[in-house]
Amino acid sequence: MASADEIAAQQFSDTVAACRPQIFRFLLASTRDPDLAETLTQECFLKAHRSWSQFRGESTAMTWLMRIAINLQKDHWRNRRLQFWRHASTSAVDVDEASHWLPSRESSPEQQLLAREKVAHVWRAVRDLSERQRTVFLLRFVEEMELSEIAQSTGLSEGTVKAHLSRALARVRAELGGKR
Amino acid sequence: MNSDQEFAKHAGQHADIEALDPELQQALGDFKASVHAWGDAMVSRPRTVQHTVVRRAWRLAAGTVLASVLIAGAVTAELYEHHEHQVQQARIAAEHKAEEQQRALEAQRAREDQDLLAKVDSDVSREVPSALEPLAYLMSDDTTTK
Repeated sequence: MASADEIAAQQFSDTVAACRPQIFRFLLASTRDPDLAETLTQECFLKAHRSWSQFRGESTAMTWLMRIAINLQKDHWRNRRLQFWRHASTSAVDVDEASHWLPSRESSPEQQLLAREKVAHVWRAVRDLSERQRTVFLLRFVEEMELSEIAQSTGLSEGTVKAHLSRALARVRAELGGKR
Repeated sequence: MNSDQEFAKHAGQHADIEALDPELQQALGDFKASVHAWGDAMVSRPRTVQHTVVRRAWRLAAGTVLASVLIAGAVTAELYEHHEHQVQQARIAAEHKAEEQQRALEAQRAREDQDLLAKVDSDVSREVPSALEPLAYLMSDDTTTK
């Protein structure tokens, strides 16, 4: 019969397997840096492992992990702002390069090109958003989280989340409208 | 909660946000698909830990080489300067020595010339011509009578 520790370890392992792609994807979209996203994802799960015993299940594991990831990301940007010379060593990809990733649907080359251009515009708008607006936007429109989940993950009220989302959308709309 | 109720709840919750025009919806859908495709490609790629280590190792190696080159350059410059200083000192010492030798040589020549002149004087004075002997005699008498 498995001990409580073994069960907890198994539960944590299952959670990692289930949530890792989503956490990594969120961090990748936030930073546009695969190496940094990988590092932050590992740090996120390391931190989660350390405090796994304190997780009471009041929110979903994904919401809890996303909160850790958002805080790690915030810490990273804060440190980076202080250590401005680290900008030289960034490996973040350009928004145009990021927009090249599109699933190969059954569409014509022209449609693919058009879609790619629109994705590039959205990337540009996302790049210029504030950190909070970007986080809320990505959680809503890439991870398709509910407003209540976003509020739990970010520690903001639902009203604030809505306001950030509304501003972010206005920015995206303007970017798409201006280049249309 | 059935799906209709859930939809109604979400529709009410996002009424102001999700009143999106089809083009914006399409763009956001493509954006989501793009991020998912990128994320899937990156998450399944070989881990970059080793790559990072290699890059760091390269940086370390490059830094070490650069530091070594700088240190070697500094040491070489110092040695060259020291060598140049020594060469200059030796040249100055050689010049001083040559000057001293020259002075000694000139002094010796002067002494030799003086000796030679003195010898000539002495020889000339000893070899007084016989025709002048009476005069010399008179001069010596003249000095003794005074």
